[in-house]
Amino acid sequence: MSRPVGLAGGKSDGSATNPGIGPFGKPATRRGTEAWMLGFAAVIMTAALVLVEANQEQELTLAIVWYGLAYFGVFLIAHLAVRRWAPYADPLILPCVAVLNGIGLVMVYRIDLALAAKAEQAGHTYTGDAPKQVMWTAIALALFLAVLILIKDHRTLTRYGYTCGLIGLVALALPAVLPRSLSEVNGAKVWIKFGFFSIQPGEFAKILLMIFFAAFLVSKRDLFMSAGKRVLGMELPRARDMGPIVIAAGVCLAIFVLQKDLGPALLFFGVVLVLLYVATERFIWVLVGLTMFGVGCVVAYSLFAHVQQRVANWIDPLATYDDPGGGYQIAQGLFGLGTGGVFGTGLGSGRPETVPSANTDFITAAVGEELGFVGLAAVLMIYLLLSMRGMRGALAVRDTFGKLLGGGLAFAIALQVFIIVGGVTKLIPMTGITTPFLSYGGSSLLANYILVALLLRISDAARRPRKPTQPRQQQPAIAEQHTVMVQAPESPGGKS
Amino acid sequence: MPELVVQLTRAGFLALLWLFVLAALRVVRSDLYAASGLRVEMPQRRDKKSKKPSGGGKTARKLIVTHGALAGTRIALDGRPILIGRADDSTLVLDDDYASTRHARLSLRGNDWYVEDLGSTNGTYLDRAKVTAPLRVPLGVPIRIGKTVIELRP
Repeated sequence: MSRPVGLAGGKSDGSATNPGIGPFGKPATRRGTEAWMLGFAAVIMTAALVLVEANQEQELTLAIVWYGLAYFGVFLIAHLAVRRWAPYADPLILPCVAVLNGIGLVMVYRIDLALAAKAEQAGHTYTGDAPKQVMWTAIALALFLAVLILIKDHRTLTRYGYTCGLIGLVALALPAVLPRSLSEVNGAKVWIKFGFFSIQPGEFAKILLMIFFAAFLVSKRDLFMSAGKRVLGMELPRARDMGPIVIAAGVCLAIFVLQKDLGPALLFFGVVLVLLYVATERFIWVLVGLTMFGVGCVVAYSLFAHVQQRVANWIDPLATYDDPGGGYQIAQGLFGLGTGGVFGTGLGSGRPETVPSANTDFITAAVGEELGFVGLAAVLMIYLLLSMRGMRGALAVRDTFGKLLGGGLAFAIALQVFIIVGGVTKLIPMTGITTPFLSYGGSSLLANYILVALLLRISDAARRPRKPTQPRQQQPAIAEQHTVMVQAPESPGGKS
Repeated sequence: MPELVVQLTRAGFLALLWLFVLAALRVVRSDLYAASGLRVEMPQRRDKKSKKPSGGGKTARKLIVTHGALAGTRIALDGRPILIGRADDSTLVLDDDYASTRHARLSLRGNDWYVEDLGSTNGTYLDRAKVTAPLRVPLGVPIRIGKTVIELRP
């Protein structure tokens, strides 16, 4: 029995070209490669930490080595879990995440140092974010393990499609309807505060809604395939089939209006469009979606003052430099990127703390300042690799739900990076959204680790060599010969 | 720190980052064909098949899905039978309401591929003809299973 996804291994010679030995020999799982790359990631993180400490005139102690080893140890646990529960998963996804998270941790720590020094001059005390971020990383990895262990097969998620959708919608809407004291931080109503810590349910809702949409599209795919009128050589969808996309757009608009935050709405709508496109292969859906998005943007711009402010900041940050809520932040970020130039100031030598919220929304500006264009390009390359490996798993997996979910998750990473980096570099108007794995923030970290666990699960299913044929399937040819009428081999249908 | 050391470590760290990217790209390259379903052509089979010119002297090397949800999927043929249906252990898993759990099978007999229907509800069609007995499948002739159409290609 031949298989579309035969060799999970790297070297395609050896076992494949030798049909004498077993069906496939021993497929390589490439877990060794993953372990090496994780080690590499830990080395990069440790080196970054050493540079920060050295350039910030901190004492260089042996403790740094222990931090590096601890970081490696934590990811080694994740690696061993992958070895045990998803042995054929993609070998690059976890190391890419480890590097990004490591750089993120070091940058958060580095900005802590700068802010602490600033607070000391002003006579305040400053509690750093880095220890909290380390804690969140540990919790996120525990959650990652839990997802990997609990979800043995991603197809089981289809059963909970509607449940996921409902929970996701509630989670998304909850901060908007809660009172301000419980849900608002810095003007964005996207939080739920639980006393000593607060979470951003939208981050989790993103994944839940993606599961829902993938499951929904698998069962109702035909709805979107039926053609309506042809206009200008394109088949327009029928009006009544537009329902789901109109609802999705409406939900996005509602979130946007209630939470005063374009980022999550944009992310959600973009992912819905991509899932629709992947499911139907009809570009018209993307066109319809983009048109709706454009109309929504124009309406929002004419109705809301804060949108006009954002756009004004985007067009010319220096013009609104001194206004409250003006272009100060973006301009500072751009100054930072400009200071960094091509090769950067070196880790720990820049002044990234001059950008407001440097460790969350503007962490890419901090990375760009200290590592320069070359360093930031490397970071973006790692994001690209991560997303690409996810897409590859989605392409190779054999069930439609896996394809849709994997494609959606991988695209979500890329889109999120585009939205935030585009905002920081003034390519598009700035919207508040986290940089996956890099920026400070517990919810984002937890959600993104869940996302990565799902991607690993899907890629494991895609690369897993299938069990050899059971003898039962070899038999039917003779055992169940229900064919009594025998036609001549050269049938009318067969033209050779 | 001395200025020289600062400059060297600065460049060194950037080099380290890009080294990671390059190492990752090497891994990508090394399993370029692994999970795609494309198989490296196996030289052993060719000499055996080239003796008999059946179907215009070409033998089928791959199976391509031309219509349906899986359109664009290709499966390299290596002599083992291909099971098509909704069952998880099929070679080509169809996600199609009109396909049966075990719908059809393609198998190699001699040098030709034959398609047979495994008692499906909605039938298997070779070109226009319903498959009732194992039929030889010439190259490029569509086989329709539910909403999916597949073809053999050289």
